[in-house]
Amino acid sequence: MLEVRLYLAQRASAAIMAPLVLIHLGVMIYTIQGGVDAAEILERTRGSFFWGANYGLFVIAVSVHAAIGLRNILREWLSLRGIGLAIISWIFFAGLLMAGLRAVAAVVIA
Amino acid sequence: MPQQSSQTILDVVTWIQRHLDAGLSYRFACRVGMCGSCAMMVNGIPRWTCRTHVNKVMRDNSLTIEPLRNLPLIKDLACDMSEFFEKWTDSKGYFQGSTTRHDPVSTLSPNSPQRRVADAATECINCAICYASCDVVNWNRDYLGPAALNRAWSLQNDERDSASAERLSVVAGDAGCHQCHSQQGCATYCPNELNPTASIAGLKRMVAKAYVRGELGAGGKGRQGPESDA
Amino acid sequence: MKPHRQQPLYFAFLLHRLSGLGLALFLPFHFYVLALALEGNAELDQFLHWSASPLVKFAESGLVFLLAIHLFGGLRLLALENLPWSNSHKNYAAMALAGGFFVACGFLLRAF
Ligand code: SF4
Ligand code: SF4
Ligand code: FES
Repeated sequence: MLEVRLYLAQRASAAIMAPLVLIHLGVMIYTIQGGVDAAEILERTRGSFFWGANYGLFVIAVSVHAAIGLRNILREWLSLRGIGLAIISWIFFAGLLMAGLRAVAAVVIA
Repeated sequence: MPQQSSQTILDVVTWIQRHLDAGLSYRFACRVGMCGSCAMMVNGIPRWTCRTHVNKVMRDNSLTIEPLRNLPLIKDLACDMSEFFEKWTDSKGYFQGSTTRHDPVSTLSPNSPQRRVADAATECINCAICYASCDVVNWNRDYLGPAALNRAWSLQNDERDSASAERLSVVAGDAGCHQCHSQQGCATYCPNELNPTASIAGLKRMVAKAYVRGELGAGGKGRQGPESDA
Repeated sequence: MKPHRQQPLYFAFLLHRLSGLGLALFLPFHFYVLALALEGNAELDQFLHWSASPLVKFAESGLVFLLAIHLFGGLRLLALENLPWSNSHKNYAAMALAGGFFVACGFLLRAF
């Protein structure tokens, strides 16, 4: 049953991220012209519910998605199994989630 | 060795056994692509050797013929197929009816959408070519593999079968359909042009539905090996 | 590479896995840089200034490429698993790759 849950979490997080990544790509290509500076980014994001929710959701989804993907790679290419595999995957998930939420807080909360 | 028109890889192997190495071990039976016993790696690609023409696969006037990949070797070109067939039965790859000989024969419409899906996956000859081409089998020795899952999908769509809940919980297990990454090596090399990837995608959808509805049995561990809990 | 792996959809799988791995390893760094904003605009600006150099812009467009092909390749897989079967996945995979190049080139063109 674990694999079913991981599979569903992987696909659900992917589906959540798809529109968010499209927006991200669009914003990047739009804003890169003429270079970016901190003021420009923060002016857009600070105090914005939209960007806070957007990036917050992305961080949660990507932590799930990347941790499961990494787990697959460790399992299939490095033959990691059992508790070691679980620990590494969970640490990666938690680390990414924390770093990501911290970054969102930094650019959204003034 | 003498070249002949329409010469097959199996002809080559047979010639070698008759003229060069009488002890050479290999398998074949039907020689017409029915029995599925003659599969080998030819220049690194799994093929049914009785239906593979030398002139189609020869590279630079040389051929490399090896035993099937992903299966333990017995001798020369003969592999131990046990795990392949065990996984087939582990995934309940056999029909389980609920009627007896005293019941009337059930009628099946060959045109119903479900029957078409089942039919599309039936012509498997158990050659293990897909199994040899699947890298996930190589990376995860417990993985049930394309042929067994393809068979399970066919049975899941057989309206007469009565073991579908049980079978679904097995294919949803930790060695089941979710291990497949859809690279379609199986579908690329299956000599009967079956498409295990499509069947496995169907199983994934079926499992997802059952899971959301809370109908998925907890028993599905698939093959119980030392690694199956990873 | 082993001969049996030399088929388009194995390459698509490999590209998807490697781009995913690349993105997963890049993300902590990305988050770290954004969190610099916590320490004031100056810190972040210092980094952004560095990232304006042509070499870094090229590297960035590489990341954009990874992100785009992982997105398009992922959409292909979602379609493969959830929509009625299609025999055109080799074409879709090629389109995903082309789409990735297109987006990365668009990024590069605007970056300079
Ligand atoms: S599509 Fe799935 S079953 Fe077929 S070769 Fe690839 S991983 Fe194996
Ligand atoms: S699915 Fe195709 S390749 Fe696999 S065992 Fe059956 S006939 Fe052979
Ligand atoms: S010998 Fe029977 S399939 Fe080749």
